[in-house]
Amino acid sequence: MSEASESSARQLATDARDRVRFEEEALDLSDQVYGVARRLVGSREEAEDLVQETYARAFRSWRSFQPGTNLRAWLFRILTNLNIDRGRKVQRTPDLQPLEESDYFLYNKLEENAGDGAPDERRVVERLSQNDAVTALADLPHDFRDVVLLVDLADFTYSDAAQILDIPIGTVMSRLHRGRRMLKGTLATAATDES
Amino acid sequence: MSGFAFDPCDKCEQMMQPYLDRVLSDVEIKEAEEHLDGCEYCRKRYRFEVEFRTFVRQAVAEPMSQELKEKLRSLRTPL
Repeated sequence: MSEASESSARQLATDARDRVRFEEEALDLSDQVYGVARRLVGSREEAEDLVQETYARAFRSWRSFQPGTNLRAWLFRILTNLNIDRGRKVQRTPDLQPLEESDYFLYNKLEENAGDGAPDERRVVERLSQNDAVTALADLPHDFRDVVLLVDLADFTYSDAAQILDIPIGTVMSRLHRGRRMLKGTLATAATDES
Repeated sequence: MSGFAFDPCDKCEQMMQPYLDRVLSDVEIKEAEEHLDGCEYCRKRYRFEVEFRTFVRQAVAEPMSQELKEKLRSLRTPL
């Protein structure tokens, strides 16, 4: 083998090794990717399609990933972009209803609703239902939900979320703030209606 | 300048989410923690917020199917 072809063979082997490593690392993150995808869309089937598309695209464009940078953020960027490309319904900017004044209001409401029957304070959270949480999250306008999912479910920092969604960090903070309040508002109503 | 009483619990409430998100400065963290140490009202609400985050995470979690896992593996580049 000539020196040139030897070096290009070596290059190919290195490429293949990097590629395998990249694919394995990406696959290790699939539970997290699915977890968020499932809440971005309305059904399990759609979520499965979205995750497959995400990985197909990630594997196809692996060369555009710069080793040493944040693979998890890179994958989630593909996921959220694909989700937007799927042509989710254009949503009118929601009429911004006044938020509950207080961050403590969900707790206060649950405590108040428990009456004087010496509620076990430590388990106040148990008065919330799992289904209500799923519905409340699904009901968030998607701009707000995207941010809440990335920060509260996938544990991204504000700045990672800003890069993933390609929005300013201040927008991440205000959507997060608002999204969390809306979520709590819905849950407060649901919990007090049911009891 | 009086008339606007400074309520440390209001301040604590405003700092609660940023505190839990770990985005406060060292000075602010110290301030929040000193208040929480001495205030049962806010401490209860702090404990609730911690549990609430865990609750939401668990409530909306749905594991992916083994089939999907297999499908994703099959998308890898053949060697």
